[in-house]
Amino acid sequence: MDALTIPPVDLGLIAPLLVVVTWATGLLLVDTFFIPVGRKKLTGYLAIAGLVVAGLVGLPLWGVSGSTFGGMVRLDPFALTLTWVFLLIGILSITMSLDYLPRQDIEQGEYYPLIMFAVSGMILLAQGADLIVLFLGIETLSITLYILTGFAYPRLTSEEAAMKYLVLGAFAAGFFVYGIALIFGATGSTRLSEIGAYAADRDLGDTNLTLLLGGAAMVLIAFSFKAALAPFHMWIPDVYQGSPTPVAAFMSVGTKGGALAALVRLLFEALPTLNAYWLPVLAGLTALTMVVGNLGAIAQMDVKRMLAYSSIGHAGYVMLGVMVAGEQRGPEAFIFYILVYALSNLGAFAVLIALEHQGEEAWQLDDFAGLYQRQPLLAVAMAIFMFSLAGVPPTAGFMAKFYALTAAWEGGLPWLALVGVLTSAIAAFFYLRVIIRMFMTEPEGEPAPELNRGLTIDIVVAAAGTIIIGLIPAPIFALVERSAVALGG
Amino acid sequence: MLEPYVPVLILFLIAVFIAVFVITLSALLGPRRSTPRKLAPYESGMDPVGPAIRRIPVKFYVVAMLFIVFDIEVVFFYPFALVFRQLGPAGLVIMGVFFVVLLVGFIYEWKKGALRWE
Repeated sequence: MDALTIPPVDLGLIAPLLVVVTWATGLLLVDTFFIPVGRKKLTGYLAIAGLVVAGLVGLPLWGVSGSTFGGMVRLDPFALTLTWVFLLIGILSITMSLDYLPRQDIEQGEYYPLIMFAVSGMILLAQGADLIVLFLGIETLSITLYILTGFAYPRLTSEEAAMKYLVLGAFAAGFFVYGIALIFGATGSTRLSEIGAYAADRDLGDTNLTLLLGGAAMVLIAFSFKAALAPFHMWIPDVYQGSPTPVAAFMSVGTKGGALAALVRLLFEALPTLNAYWLPVLAGLTALTMVVGNLGAIAQMDVKRMLAYSSIGHAGYVMLGVMVAGEQRGPEAFIFYILVYALSNLGAFAVLIALEHQGEEAWQLDDFAGLYQRQPLLAVAMAIFMFSLAGVPPTAGFMAKFYALTAAWEGGLPWLALVGVLTSAIAAFFYLRVIIRMFMTEPEGEPAPELNRGLTIDIVVAAAGTIIIGLIPAPIFALVERSAVALGG
Repeated sequence: MLEPYVPVLILFLIAVFIAVFVITLSALLGPRRSTPRKLAPYESGMDPVGPAIRRIPVKFYVVAMLFIVFDIEVVFFYPFALVFRQLGPAGLVIMGVFFVVLLVGFIYEWKKGALRWE
């Protein structure tokens, strides 16, 4: 028997991922053995420290491009910048959970390592250059989220949400694997670059083309499900409403960022030759997503549900950047939008948490009545987030939307950009409705909500980020531009 | 060509003979005193007739779940054992990492009391 060769492995290229995974694994044991019940906040602080360390470890990797594990994992500025964004999402989500969990009486140490594992799944999605690795990333992210969604056990809504998410998510995972099998059957590889090269080099023939298209369609369905594109968005409102609020916040930005980052690579490394097939389909889905998400949000009187529908709408705007990622503007718009949306949306969810009292649900629009008189700073912060989500200058949301719409316009999809502009106008209605409730109605004798340290930090960081990126976008633009260079369709 | 197998054939024939001989003998010589219990189908001492759906303690599910997780993970050791020499020290390190991950899960479930029956 010949000696087996193990492909050379450069662990340096996955350093941030490695730090997150080992830290989370160790933290699980540290939490179980050394951290007493009731002091689980300490686990949360350690988790934040781990994510910060992972971010720092990534610093020297800036500008490095390379792949390892036999080409299955790739590091480039695109993946690295997204890694930082994902770490930021993880940090903000943990910060807003620190006081939420004990207040809801659902504090368990596992929560924090689980968030870290979810972040590691997202990073793997950004770095994956092989269908199997992408599947691994998606499953790492999803399985941890199934648990986190049901974390408010025994609250019935939380259990219901976890159940719905698990059943539908497993179904989508099935689509993904079936799709991989078909693509492998057609091209003989699961490596994204090899699939692309195979499809580009020769005439596929009818049979192989059919197999490849079928496989690609199934994989796209799975991604659409994870990223909440209409008509695969049905689970979103129920799951977000039922899951613990910080988890809903994390999911809304995390799964979207991870799944769509992987989709960018898949479309432009493996399937660029099939552009003529998937572009119209995805453009249709995107238009539908923007319309359905924003129209659905109008009917919601429950702010958490409204944010769920709004997250569907925003998935559409992110997709604008994904579809034209073959050109420089596309990935730029994608990264920028994910970053800005993460800040604004996490901020908005943090305000929701601030309004939630002892296990009580305070998500109705009426609960926001007169918030300005009860807690002026909170109301101002919420107004900033709503303006940003609606895309009103001078907030970051305006810059992000402007960027995404321009990318779509210049990338040859002007009609889609028009749909985006029109749906943004619709969206302004329900975001502004919250602001009107807060500032222009009388309070209904509600007690002033208390603000604790973690939430205050979260809201301040998110609000500051939203305003600063809106006013001085140049440094972030520069970072994003340099991240997108290496991708090139 | 088949000569080396002649002893096996002889052994087979002896086995058949002994089985047939003993059963025939006991059928011819043995006394028969049938009782309803003796005539019932044998099912390891359990009552052969009963409701098809029975209540099973939910603890079995936890055990089954843990068993499947660790069983499937342990299956990875078999292919590794086959190519262990070809892989050399690098393979050992990789499998060590895999084993540590497995071990962390095991320690965690142990400490959490998932292995305790009561």
